Amino acid sequence: MTMNNTLFSFAAVALVVGGCAAPKPEPTAQQLDAMTQAMMKSSFSDKGIAKLDRLNQDLPQKACSSDQMPAHAVVEQIQSQALASVQWPDGGRYLGDWKSGEKIAQSGRGQTWNDAADRANGGSCYNCHQISKEELSYGTIGPSLYHYGKTRGVSDPYSAASAPILQYTWVKLWNSKAYSACSNMPRFGHEKLLTQDQLRDIMALLLDPKSPVNQ
Amino acid sequence: MKKWMIAAAAGSLLGCVTVCALAQASGAAKSTTEGIAEYRKMLEDGNPAELYEAKGEALWKQKRGPKNASLEQCDLGKGPGVTKGAFVELPRYFADTKRVQDLESRLLSCMQALQGFDAAQIAKTAFGKGEMANVTALATWLAGESRGMRMNLPQSHEQERAMYQIGKRAFYYRGGPMDFACSTCHGESGKRVRLQDLPNLTRNPGDGVGFAAWPAYRVSNGQMWSMQLRLNDCFRQQRFPYPGFASDVTIALGVYMGVNAKGAESIAPAIKR
Repeated sequence: MTMNNTLFSFAAVALVVGGCAAPKPEPTAQQLDAMTQAMMKSSFSDKGIAKLDRLNQDLPQKACSSDQMPAHAVVEQIQSQALASVQWPDGGRYLGDWKSGEKIAQSGRGQTWNDAADRANGGSCYNCHQISKEELSYGTIGPSLYHYGKTRGVSDPYSAASAPILQYTWVKLWNSKAYSACSNMPRFGHEKLLTQDQLRDIMALLLDPKSPVNQ
Repeated sequence: MKKWMIAAAAGSLLGCVTVCALAQASGAAKSTTEGIAEYRKMLEDGNPAELYEAKGEALWKQKRGPKNASLEQCDLGKGPGVTKGAFVELPRYFADTKRVQDLESRLLSCMQALQGFDAAQIAKTAFGKGEMANVTALATWLAGESRGMRMNLPQSHEQERAMYQIGKRAFYYRGGPMDFACSTCHGESGKRVRLQDLPNLTRNPGDGVGFAAWPAYRVSNGQMWSMQLRLNDCFRQQRFPYPGFASDVTIALGVYMGVNAKGAESIAPAIKR
């Protein structure tokens, strides 16, 4: 059990240094930021594969940790860095098997402190998106992906005309922050949550004309 | 016991009710929510949380621990031994410990000071085991002592105000391999994960929703869940490391959610799917 007195002695020191007499002023935003960082570090511990380093924030995580959007320049920086970091699929093969894609979309497993490190992760897609019409148990945090390929005019995903939407979709799955700096969606490729083959299967689920998504 | 039997039987109907609701979902969008609400209504007369309330009340009055004392002199913020209305004002600042404490961390302080238990040892105990199971039962009873009252957390002490601001920062803190924060799921109204409605915890989400519903009995796993366990499992699903029991982050989040819920009617201990 940690003691939040330590947090506040930190704040008290900061305030005394400020040379303020009673009534004590409220801590500044910067002091509260520092207290939050100290609190996060003292409140958690390693368990299984979920180590404390998961609290270390990279730029998009740090910039998107408030109820305010970051400044325009930061948004641009996050998006351009994310786009530049995308790994394109080996051999230019974007599409796998939609049936496997459906299984990956259904599975929400992986990466918790109870999970084994070597176990394949699910995509948790249905947690937030409607995808096929048959699955009624879907979340609404993200937009509906039903008819994803159809509404984008993909009749032959292997045609040259379909290339831009394939590339767009690959980027969205690999690093969602490339198009929306503070997207709620995980960075499935960038964070190595899904393999290239798993991503190809998800791609097929969304874009294959035979997939239930496009019926 | 009879009520519990009814609840158990009703619990086995969960699948049916859900399936029926699902079957209608395409025709009428809100029938899923309605179906679940109807199911909860069915269970209200026989919430197994009653068993934990009864256990908690007995534990409160029983002489226990190395000092062979009861908890009847425990001060939950409204004076020693005052149990009515304490829950809807927690977490709050306590002068004796010089900390902001939630219900469960305050219970640990009382169990140590009055009964001689080792609070740090209890905090390390797994949920549902040993003295931790007793803390959950006590919290369940004490929540019930404020049933029907409205959330009204104090913000008069500087530490209470600071914990609100820190709790807000923790709520929006993104991390881990999936970039999740509390706000990912609980930052907007009208969202759900799969079929589960998600309360917007950045404001008052309504009577008996979110902070004003826990502790709650969970039918799906047959367990009594305290707010500490609710937060612990949220962090697990966020793919965060393990939050210490009654750690500062859990208490700061309690202040943030509780203050935001000001005016919401507490229905705790509630019953959940």
